[in-house]
Amino acid sequence: MRHVLSVLVENEPGVLSRVVGLFSGRGFNIETLNVGPTLEDGLSLMTITTSGEEQIIEQITKQLRKLVTVVKVVDLTHLQSVEREMVLIKVNAEDERRAEVLRIADIFRCKVVDVSGNDLTLEITGDQGKIRAIVSLLQRFGIKEFARTGTVAMRRSMQVD
Amino acid sequence: MERTGAQVLLECLLQEGVESIFGFPGGAVIDIYHHLPEYPALRHFLVRHEQGAIHAADGYARATGRVGVCLVTSGPGATNTVTGIATAYMDSIPVVIITGQVPTPLIGNDAFQEVDIVGISRPCVKHNYLVKDVKDLAWIIKQAFYLARTGRPGPVLVDLPKDVLQAKTVFEYPESISMRSYNPNLAPNRRQVRKVTELLRRSRRPLVYSGGGVISSDAGEELTWLCRTLRIPVTSTLMGLGAFPGDDPLWLGMLGMHGTYAANMAVGHTDLLLAVGARFDDRVTGKISSFAPSAQVVHIDVDPTSIRKNVNVDVPIVADCRQALRGIREELEICPDLPDWSEAHQPWLEQVGEWQRDHPLRYTFSEEPIKPQFVVEKIYELTKGEAIITTEVGQNQMWAAQFSKFHRPRTFLTSGGLGTMGYGFPAAIGAQVAFPDKLVIDIAGDGSIQMNIQEMATAVSYNIPVKIVILNNGYLGMVRQWQELFYAKNYCSTCMHLNPDFVKLAEAYGAAGFRVTRAADVERVLKEAFAVPGPAIVDVVVEPEENVYPMVPAGAALTDMLLV
Ligand SMILES: Cc1ncc(C[n+]2csc(CCOP(=O)(O)OP(=O)(O)O)c2C)c(N)n1
Repeated sequence: MRHVLSVLVENEPGVLSRVVGLFSGRGFNIETLNVGPTLEDGLSLMTITTSGEEQIIEQITKQLRKLVTVVKVVDLTHLQSVEREMVLIKVNAEDERRAEVLRIADIFRCKVVDVSGNDLTLEITGDQGKIRAIVSLLQRFGIKEFARTGTVAMRRSMQVD
Repeated sequence: MERTGAQVLLECLLQEGVESIFGFPGGAVIDIYHHLPEYPALRHFLVRHEQGAIHAADGYARATGRVGVCLVTSGPGATNTVTGIATAYMDSIPVVIITGQVPTPLIGNDAFQEVDIVGISRPCVKHNYLVKDVKDLAWIIKQAFYLARTGRPGPVLVDLPKDVLQAKTVFEYPESISMRSYNPNLAPNRRQVRKVTELLRRSRRPLVYSGGGVISSDAGEELTWLCRTLRIPVTSTLMGLGAFPGDDPLWLGMLGMHGTYAANMAVGHTDLLLAVGARFDDRVTGKISSFAPSAQVVHIDVDPTSIRKNVNVDVPIVADCRQALRGIREELEICPDLPDWSEAHQPWLEQVGEWQRDHPLRYTFSEEPIKPQFVVEKIYELTKGEAIITTEVGQNQMWAAQFSKFHRPRTFLTSGGLGTMGYGFPAAIGAQVAFPDKLVIDIAGDGSIQMNIQEMATAVSYNIPVKIVILNNGYLGMVRQWQELFYAKNYCSTCMHLNPDFVKLAEAYGAAGFRVTRAADVERVLKEAFAVPGPAIVDVVVEPEENVYPMVPAGAALTDMLLV
C-alpha cells in the first residue's frame, strides 16, 4: 500500500542521506521525495511517498523517529490530508494541434509557462490522479520533457470521517 | 584563555571523565597527540592496528558500562575502524570514535588520506558529526558522549578536520544538553506494566528471555529478583549472559541455534514469554513462525524499533529495562491476592527440570586429543566465574558460552550481533585496562586469533596481562562444522594448514607461550599461564573435528535440535 510520510528534520548537511539510507539499507524504494525549509529556522520538511506492507512501514517510521536529526514523523496515509504535486510538461504543439493542447491545459487549469514554434510547456499542480489523467491525455501529442517535484502533503485541520 | 581545537577536545574528554583512550596517530590528528602530554590524566594506549583500538574501546565499555574512546587518523585510520564500529553498533555498545579529517578547504577534493568517514560509517553508528567550526567542538563532544550512553547505547563518531584542531577558541563546556529530536523514553507506561502483572498472575508456564539490554541498563539485580521471587525459569541470549547467576537452579542456559535443550524446549512450551532487552535475533528465534508458538509475548526494550520487528508482541513496553522491571516489582508489591508462585509454577518447573536432566550439555571426554569443552570447563573451575572472559567468533565462542557459567554482568564480552572474528583479544585488552587486577581471558580459535594478533605488541608494551587460550583445532571450525553437516564434508578453505607456532609467536612478542596436548596437563598449564605476570598464550591442541551441539539448523524450529 502507498504511504505518505511527512518528516520534519533538522536542516543540516547529511540529513537527507541519513533518511534515504534507512530506505536503501532495507531495500525499499522511495517513490517521491520532496524537501524544503520550513518557517522555523533550522528545520526542513520532507514528504516521502513509498509503498510497502504495514509492518514494514511501521518499522520505517520508527526507524525514522530514531534518527537523531529527525524531529517528527507523521504517516498521513490514514489521516485526511491534502496532497499536491507540481509538474512541468513540455509537449509537442505544432500548429494544427496547438489549440487542442491549449484546450486540455485550460480544462486542467494548467499554466502555460513557455512557448516555442513546436511546443508548449505547461505547469500543472494537483494530486496524483489529476496528474496521471493529464499525462495520459497529452501523451498522444508527444511529451518531450517531463519534470515533477514529488508530492507535498499536509494533514487537514478537520479530520471528519 | 584561547585553546586550540585539539586542546578543547582533550579538555572535553577530561570533563567526560575519560581515563583511557585507545588510538593510533597520523597526520590529521597529530595536533591532538601533540597536546596529549599536557593531560596526564588521559592515558593513551597505542595499539598496532586501528581495529584493535576500536575493539579495545568497546571491550572497555562492555566491562565498565562507561563510554569507550578511540582516536584515529583520517583515511585509512578511519576506515580501519569500520568493522569495530559495526561490531559496537550491533551490540549497542557506547563508544565515541574520534577520527581526524583533512583540512576543511580540502574536503571533497580527494586530498591525501581523505575519506568520507561520516558517509561510510553512517549505517553503523548511532549518530555522527563532521565538525566544521572549532566553536562547535565542545557541544558536539558533549552530545556525542550523551548520545553514546543514553537510550539504546551505541557508537558515535566525530570527524575532526585538521584546521579545526588547529583553530583557536575559548573553551567552555556546556552544562546541559537539549536536543529537540532526541528524547529516549525510559519510564514504562503504567497501564502496560499492569497488563504484565496480570499476565504473570495468570501464567502457568512463564519464561524469561533476557538479552544485552539487561546488562546495558544494569538491570541484573531487578531481573534476578523477579525470577527468583516468582519462580520463573530464565534463558538468555549470548549477549545477556551474566545478568542472571549461572549457578541458579532457575538458569536454563542460552537459547537459540546453540542453546540448551531445556531453554529451547521451554521456549517451545511457555505460555508467557517475558523478553527483556532482547531483540529476537534470527540466531535466537530459529524459524519465526514456530518461535514460542503458545505464548503471549511481553517485550521490554528501550528502542521502539526493536519491538514487533520480528515477532508479534502482545504487551510492548518501551522503557529502560531496569525501570520497567522496577515498575513490575512495584506493581506486584501492591497487588492483592497474588498466587503462591512456587505452587503455581511447580509442574512447569518440574517439566523444565526434566529437560535439563535428560539433555544436559555434554561431550565425550578424551585424554588426547583434548576436547575443547573440557578446556572451557577447566577455565571456569579455576576462575569460579571471577574472571572476565572475552571470546573470538566461532566454535570457541559457543563453547565458552555453553561450558562456563557467568555470575555477574559485564564478565562475558563477545561479538554477538556482528560475529566479528578478531574481536576477543583487543576487547580483552580494553577490559584489562579497566580492571588491571582481574584475570582477563580471551577464549580464542586458531583462525580468529590471527585477525588481531598484532595487538600482542600492545599487551606486552603496556604489560596488560591478558591470557589467550587458543582452542586450536587447525580449522575455521565453525565453518567446517557447517560444511560437515550441510555441505557433504567439502572442507574447502577451512583448514588452517600453516598455523604459526603460537608459542614462538608469543615469545617473539615478548609474552609467555605454552602448549598443551593432553587433558591431564590442562589444569597445570592454565594455572601456570594465569600466574605469569604478563600476557600469555596457551595453545591447546584440541580435537580437530569436534562440533558444537546442540544445534538448530538455520531456519529450523528451535525444538528441532541436533543433539550430540
Ligand atoms: C571477520 C570474520 N570473517 C569471517 C567470519 C566467518 N566465520 C565465522 S566462524 C568462522 C571460523 C572461526 O574459526 P576459528 O577462529 O578457528 O574458531 P573455531 O570455530 O575453530 O573455534 C568464520 C570464518 C567471521 N565471523 N568474521
